[in-house]
Amino acid sequence: MQLSREDLLKAYRQMKTIRVFEERLHDEFATGDIPGFVHLYAGEEASGVGVCLNLNDNDYIASTHRGHGHCIAKGCDVSGMMHEIFGRADGLCGGKGGSMHIADLERGMMGANGIVGGGPPLICGAALTAKTLGTGGVAVAFVGDGGSNQGTTMESLNLAKVWNLPVIFVVEDNGYAEATSSSWAVAGDAVRRAAGYDIPAQQVDGHDFFAVNEVAREAVERARAGDGPSLLHVKLSRYYGHFEGDAMTYRDPDEVSKLRQDKDCLDLFQKRVNEAGLLEPAQFEEIDRDVATLIDDAVASARAAPVPSAQDLLTDVYVSY
Amino acid sequence: MAKKSVRQAINEALASEMRRDPRVVIMGEDIAGGMGAPGEDDAWGGPLGVTKGLLGEFGRDRVLDTPITESAFIGAAAGAAATGLRPVAELMFVDFMGVCFDQIYNQAAKFRYMFGGKAVTPLVVRTMYGAGLRAASQHSQCLYPMFTHIPGLKVVIPSSAYEAKGLLIQAIRDDDPVVFFEHKAMYDEEEEVPDEAYTIPFGEANITREGDDVTVVAFGRMVQFANQAADKLAKEGITCTVIDPRTTSPLDEDTILEEVAATGRLVVVDEASPRCNMATDISALVAQRAFSALKAPVRMVTPPHTPVPFAADLEDLYIPGPAQIEQAIREVAA
Ligand SMILES: Cc1ncc(C[n+]2csc(CCOP(=O)(O)OP(=O)(O)O)c2C)c(N)n1
Ligand SMILES: [Mg+2]
Repeated sequence: MQLSREDLLKAYRQMKTIRVFEERLHDEFATGDIPGFVHLYAGEEASGVGVCLNLNDNDYIASTHRGHGHCIAKGCDVSGMMHEIFGRADGLCGGKGGSMHIADLERGMMGANGIVGGGPPLICGAALTAKTLGTGGVAVAFVGDGGSNQGTTMESLNLAKVWNLPVIFVVEDNGYAEATSSSWAVAGDAVRRAAGYDIPAQQVDGHDFFAVNEVAREAVERARAGDGPSLLHVKLSRYYGHFEGDAMTYRDPDEVSKLRQDKDCLDLFQKRVNEAGLLEPAQFEEIDRDVATLIDDAVASARAAPVPSAQDLLTDVYVSY
Repeated sequence: MAKKSVRQAINEALASEMRRDPRVVIMGEDIAGGMGAPGEDDAWGGPLGVTKGLLGEFGRDRVLDTPITESAFIGAAAGAAATGLRPVAELMFVDFMGVCFDQIYNQAAKFRYMFGGKAVTPLVVRTMYGAGLRAASQHSQCLYPMFTHIPGLKVVIPSSAYEAKGLLIQAIRDDDPVVFFEHKAMYDEEEEVPDEAYTIPFGEANITREGDDVTVVAFGRMVQFANQAADKLAKEGITCTVIDPRTTSPLDEDTILEEVAATGRLVVVDEASPRCNMATDISALVAQRAFSALKAPVRMVTPPHTPVPFAADLEDLYIPGPAQIEQAIREVAA
């Protein structure tokens, strides 16, 4: 299937938004004004966007601690996210969750997650709801290479298969879990593991938006058709530390600059689109300007926004009590 | 004596026990770091640098990095403990107990009893707890009451660098499974710590302030806040006995009861969620065994019954501090 011009523009806008959002957060974090743990998705944009372009508000995703990109790709309000990360009362979660817990159920975003491997079982539940109520929705669990080893992920693969759930497991393998290489920590590989459960699986170059989008489309179609779960093993790169403040001494000193040079998903996207003459340079420039303004405004308004009040501490624990 | 941080004190305790006993091994996620990666070995030395340098001295056979599979490696530590090693496993944040709790509370904790006294399980689980780092709901809990609830586990909550070193060495030499709680906001706090190894016995409370008017029992990071409140009130003539029980299991009930008998007034300070926590436990103890000594109702200083919030202003409101402790002491002393 050919992507429309609108799809291409949307994909570029989202990838660019994620990139600028994350690079700006990197700078804002350095000022000391952002509390807590922040894990950046820069470098991995083609995965979240490539997958989520196949989804709608009726579909669910479950994310990880590295969740900003998934949120944006699933349509969460960018300014609301920024406010949340700054801990503001009008943030997407009222300032109660922060970077690691951004969620927007109305957008089908079941939350970033502080627990590695927390998402896959939840997404089996979302898929069960879709199947039981016949909503036509599908559910996507993003999980890292590190998270792919958790028992919860293994058990979810099995459950999704035996219940024939409309789930897509997306293993985002950025080569590292914290300071540990996936080449050491992951025995075997994700595709062969999935094969053990009779789950169709494919490895894909996560720097290539088009490749991710294509294999994700097949997996989503399979799920929507009632043909059960799939797994994508997406190989990609993270540009910053595990969290903001990580000195990354476990990497080659020039590893990231080489990746930015040769494998950048935004560059590859532009090159491909330009070569095929699908979009005009002016269209990219216009999006770049929009995105710059969007992020500038989000930061400025987040900085100016009110913090939660004392009463907020005690609300939202229960529906009724 | 040199001043050392809590981080250094724990590192020294691990190093000295690993030197002393080749059966002591440590394991956890990135406790060294750099496995299979192109850059430096020991790149992290633990997420907050607590185990840094141990790889250099003891090597990969005794400093075991693990995949992110808590159920497997905490369980493996329990199994290794029951069969001849003395593992110290790091559960990075105690909040992750949900992933591996079965291996701790149904397996390690119960071996000895279920097997008719035949098993010895010298397991230590080191874990980070507590609020204050804006780490939000899944990385800020205390949860030690849940471990205290389980027969077969010993539960240790050091309140300072000196305490941490002596209690951790005791934990490693102890033949029962021990869960050792490190407050993540305390790693940089310093005090004088001996270079040589020493132990602090479990179940023997430490009295950090002596006074006549009110007994304050506090745990972990709350001990320093209780001391601050006591010091402030002492200037006004309200004097407090501050008790740091050091371990919640075993619990030094005698010291608490003796001191409450002497003052007749009790404030319990606990950073854990307020229902079924150490504050309720100690209040129940005193209600049963020192009721007639009480001159005022017991006061508990705890956070509210909510998850730990992210926003700084909310988290600061959430955590009990010296001001609330002072207020509670004034109320029971009035
Ligand atoms: C159950 C659990 N164990 C450990 C952690 C600490 N932790 C947070 S992120 C992370 C690494 C995750 O690696 P990966 O799944 O590859 O995701 P990436 O960070 O590379 O995106 C670890 C160990 C956690 N949050 N939850
Ligand atoms: Mg990873």
